[in-house]
Amino acid sequence: MAQQAGAGRRYVRAFVSGFFVAVPVTVTVLDRFAYVARVEGASMQPSLNPEGNVTGSDVVLLNRWSVRNYQVRRGDIVSVLSPKNPQQKIIKRVIALEGDFIKTLGYKNRYLKVPDGHFWIEGDHHGHSLDSNSFGPALRTPWRARCSVKCCVWCSHGVSLGLVHGRASHIIWPPNRWQRIEPSIPPERMPLLNWHADATEDEEKD
Amino acid sequence: MFRRVLGKTLGFLGYTVQYGCIAHCAFEYIGEFVACSGPSMEPTITSHDVVFSERLSRHLCRIEKGDIVIAKSPFDPHMNICKRVIGLEGDKICTSGPSDVFKTHQYVPKGHVWLEGDNLRNSTDSRSYGPVPYALIRGRVCLKLWPPHNFGALNQSPTGRIVKRSD
Repeated sequence: MAQQAGAGRRYVRAFVSGFFVAVPVTVTVLDRFAYVARVEGASMQPSLNPEGNVTGSDVVLLNRWSVRNYQVRRGDIVSVLSPKNPQQKIIKRVIALEGDFIKTLGYKNRYLKVPDGHFWIEGDHHGHSLDSNSFGPALRTPWRARCSVKCCVWCSHGVSLGLVHGRASHIIWPPNRWQRIEPSIPPERMPLLNWHADATEDEEKD
Repeated sequence: MFRRVLGKTLGFLGYTVQYGCIAHCAFEYIGEFVACSGPSMEPTITSHDVVFSERLSRHLCRIEKGDIVIAKSPFDPHMNICKRVIGLEGDKICTSGPSDVFKTHQYVPKGHVWLEGDNLRNSTDSRSYGPVPYALIRGRVCLKLWPPHNFGALNQSPTGRIVKRSD
């Protein structure tokens, strides 16, 4: 009887000490190093979710360590905390960084300069995506009001760099879509010129 | 001999990793100590004060009007700003100065907050850079720790700019 009580107490102690190791380590890894998320929605077709939700959504690995200093590159696919709903994350491609001049699709200022500390993101599927091009406060209801990473409506001057969550580095599910995600910008969406670049570089780009 | 040293080193590393992770969880989900600088929150918080900002309210989305929050600066994510929440999403903010004849208003968009410093004359806040996304908020300041003669909770807003409830 006493032996059983002793064994039970040992199990409880082992469980509690295991719990206090596993939970903080897992939470720290998810916050600082890598995060796994399922992509929902069609705004990043054909790069992500090419068949929509019919055959199952893509699951991506988000590298949080590489964005710890808010360093993103043009062409990266990044996950961002939504400016319209702080509990949602959205996944889009970085088109332009601070100081770039870009031509917007469908927004009233056809050309604009991305302010300091902000960057411009767009979905790959332009007909289907609510992104930095959308009219800001006019659309109040998000399209598909469901979980992990989604498309949403933003501010008209880009998204603040402080909202960046992680860089999508690999597609890890379904297995036939295992691949490393390479940064690339569609050539028609390249920024026109960069305010901070050299004058000679500007002339070449134009 | 070598195996014992290796064993001890690994054990030490294991404890370091474990306590480091516990510290990360505490600072990320419970609260952190912040040293403030700048005059924008005087007289409530003066430069070089140390305050404790708790993170639970931000994660549970319970930041309310009148709270002092620490947030990432919208124009420089490496800098943090300490301001008071004047309006939440949907509120109507009066953006014209007290001396202007024609009053202008702005609605705070969904998912954003309107931040202003208590020292209105010497504060760059939402009046210059617009509403701030809620997701940039890091925590709510709840306790002033230093200087010791000012220890305790923080005062209400001295500016009277907090938007009244509309219903």
